[in-house]
Amino acid sequence: MQIALLKATALIYLVGTVLYLYFILSLNERGARLGRMFLAIGAVLHGAAFVARYVAAGYTPITSLFESLSFSAFAIVCVFLAFELRYNLRVLGAFVAPLAFLFSLSTVFLPAEVRTLPPALDSNWLPVHVLLLFFGNAVFAVAFAAGIMYLLMERELKRKRMGAVFKRLPSLDVLDGINYRCLQIGFPLLTLGIITGSIWAEFAWGSYWSWDPKEVWSLITWFLYAALLHGRMTVGWRGRKAAILAIVGFCAILFTFLGVNLLLPGLHTYSNLSG
Amino acid sequence: MTSRIVITGLNHRSAPVEVRERLAFPADTIGHALRALVESDGISEGVILSTCNRVEVCVLAEEGYRGDEAVRRFLASFHGMTPAELQPYLYHRSGDEAVRHLFRVASSLDSMVLGEPQILGQVKDAYGYAAEFKAIGPILDKFFTKAFSAAKRVRTETRVANSAVSVSYAAVELAKKIMGDLSDNTVMLIGAGEMCELAARHLLNAGARGILVTNRTFERAVRLAEEFDGTPVRFEELTTHLKRADIVLSSTGSPRFILKRDDIADVLRVRKNRPMFFIDMAVPRDIDPDANQIDNVYVYDIDDLNNVIETNLEERQREAAKAEEIVAAEADSFRKWLEAQQVTPTIVSLRRKYEEIKAAEVGKALAALGEADPKTRQVVESLASSLLNKVLHSPIASLKRDCEEHSPAQRIAVVREVFDLPEEGEEEEGDAAQGGDDGRA
Repeated sequence: MQIALLKATALIYLVGTVLYLYFILSLNERGARLGRMFLAIGAVLHGAAFVARYVAAGYTPITSLFESLSFSAFAIVCVFLAFELRYNLRVLGAFVAPLAFLFSLSTVFLPAEVRTLPPALDSNWLPVHVLLLFFGNAVFAVAFAAGIMYLLMERELKRKRMGAVFKRLPSLDVLDGINYRCLQIGFPLLTLGIITGSIWAEFAWGSYWSWDPKEVWSLITWFLYAALLHGRMTVGWRGRKAAILAIVGFCAILFTFLGVNLLLPGLHTYSNLSG
Repeated sequence: MTSRIVITGLNHRSAPVEVRERLAFPADTIGHALRALVESDGISEGVILSTCNRVEVCVLAEEGYRGDEAVRRFLASFHGMTPAELQPYLYHRSGDEAVRHLFRVASSLDSMVLGEPQILGQVKDAYGYAAEFKAIGPILDKFFTKAFSAAKRVRTETRVANSAVSVSYAAVELAKKIMGDLSDNTVMLIGAGEMCELAARHLLNAGARGILVTNRTFERAVRLAEEFDGTPVRFEELTTHLKRADIVLSSTGSPRFILKRDDIADVLRVRKNRPMFFIDMAVPRDIDPDANQIDNVYVYDIDDLNNVIETNLEERQREAAKAEEIVAAEADSFRKWLEAQQVTPTIVSLRRKYEEIKAAEVGKALAALGEADPKTRQVVESLASSLLNKVLHSPIASLKRDCEEHSPAQRIAVVREVFDLPEEGEEEEGDAAQGGDDGRA
C-alpha cells in the first residue's frame, strides 16, 4: 500500500518536474503554478505514505537507504514549498522537482520491504535525531540551489551579457537572502541533530563520540557551515563567497549522507545498498 | 448591416510633431468631438484615440458610405483646417486592415518604441470616452474589447515588452537584479548630466530610498538635491559619504577616474561587502572599470548599458514576430464574429418569412382534413417543419460559410434576392442583438 503510494508520488514529482522545465523554458507562469500544485499534492501523498509505513513498521521509517532517500525527497519538497510561500521563488522549483523525482526513484530500484529494526536503532532517539538532520539537510539543499543560481546570475551581471539566466532568476539580493535564511534555520537543526546523535550514541554504543566516518564527516560539514555563519556575521561574507560555501557545504552533506554509507564502513552502516 | 469599420488617422510616421500637436484632442474637448463625429453623415459609431504620437478616429461607416471622407472633413473642421491640407498626413484602413491595425496599435506593435506599455491604457481611455459620451455601439464595443484581449495575449504570451530599451530603464532593471526591490537602497548622483538625472529619477520612482547629490560646485549640488528631495554632499567629502550609497550614478567632466579600484575596495570593506552598483555615464570615464572585478561591485559604463539595450531590442524584434501571429489570429476570429453579425438579420428574416408560410399552409391543410385526430395533426405539422428545415438548410449554411470568394455582403444580397426578403431597414432593431451568438465561429 505505502509502496504503491510512493510510486504514485514519484510519478507526480515527475509531472512537477516536466511542468517546471516547461516554465523555465517558456517563462509561462502557468507552468510554475501547476508545477507547485503537483509538488504540493506529491508532498501530501508522500506524507501519507510515510505515516502508513510508520504504522506498518512500528518505527520511524528513516533507517534504510531507500527510506532515507525517500524521506529526503519529502523534506526537500516541504522546505521548498515553505520557501516558495515566503519568497515566491518559482525557479527554485526547477531545481527541487527533479531532485525530488530522482530521490523518489529509489522506491522503484531499491529494496523497500519493511524489515525488522536492528536493536541499536530501536530507540525514541531515532525520530528526533534523523528528523532534525533530514530537515536540516533539506534546508541546506535549498541553500545549495540558491547558491548555484547566485553564481549563474552573478556571472551574467559581471560579464554584462544578459542572456536566458538574467530573465529567469530572482535578484542577487533575494538569492543571498535565502542563503542566509537557510543558514539560520539549517545550522541549529544540524547542531541539534549532531548533539542528539551523540547523546543517543552514549545510550546505544556506550560512548558520546567514536570517530565513526559518519561522525567525522558530520563534524566537517558542521565546521564548514559554522565558518560560513561566522564569516557572515562578523566580516560580512556574502554573495559569491557565501554561495560557494553553501555549495561546498551541501557537497559535504551529500558525502556524509551517501558517500559514507556506500564507501566507508562504520557504526552508522545501516543504510547501504543491501538494506 | 453591411457597414464597415474604418480607421483614419495620423501617427509619428505619417506626420511631423507640429501637425500631430495641432490635431490632438485634449481631454476636455473629446466629448464635444465625439458628439460631432457621430452626427456626421453615414457614421453610426465612433472612437477617438489621441496620444502624443498618434491621432486616430475609428468609425463604423453605414452602408453606402466610405467613412474616411466624413472623418477627414470632421478632423479638418474641428481643428480649423481644410481637408486638402490634412490629406498628405492621413492614412486610412478599412475592413480587415482596420481590424489588424487597431489590434497592432493596442498591442504596441505600431508604437515608436516597440512594446512600450502606455499605449494600451491610452486605447482603453479612448474607449472609455466613447462609452461615456455614447458614441460607441455594439460593433465597435466588441471590436475594442477584442483589441484589449489581443493586447493582453501579446503581453502574456510574448516577451515583446519585457526588457528595458532606454539607458535609464536599463539602469533600473540592472539595479533591481542586483539589489532586489531597491527599498533599502540609496542612490548617489555625482556631477550633473541629463541622462544621469533621468536615471536617478527612474530609480527613485522604482522605490529607491533616498538620494545623495554631489557636484564640484556645491551650490549646484544643493540646487539639484532640492529638486530630488535629497541630501547635498561636498565633492571633497565624496569618499567619506560613498559608503552610504548603494547605487552610484556618475557623469562629471573629469579627465581621469574620480574613483579608483582601491578606493572602491576600501569603501566595500567599510560596508561589510554590501553590494554596490556603479553606473558611469561620463566620457571619459569617471570610475575605474577594473572595480568590476571586486566581489559585490558592478560597474557599468555607457557602452555596457547600450549593449544591454541593443540585446533587448533584438529580442523585442524576435518577439514581435510571434506577436504578429497572435494579432492575425485574433483579427481572424473577430472577422468571423463580424460576418456572423452581418448575416444574422438575414437568417432571422428568412426563417420568419417561411415560418409564417408554413403556419398558413399547415392551417389550410388541417382545415381541408376536417376533424383530424391528434396523430394526423402531428404528422402534418412535422412534415411541414422538416420540409422547411431541409429547404432552408442550404441558404443558411451558405450565409454562415467562411467563404473567400464572396464577401458576406454579396452572399446576403444573393439570398435576399432569391428568397425575396424585405429590405433590411424595414425589419425591427431587436433582431441583430437577439441573434448575437448565432453564427459565432
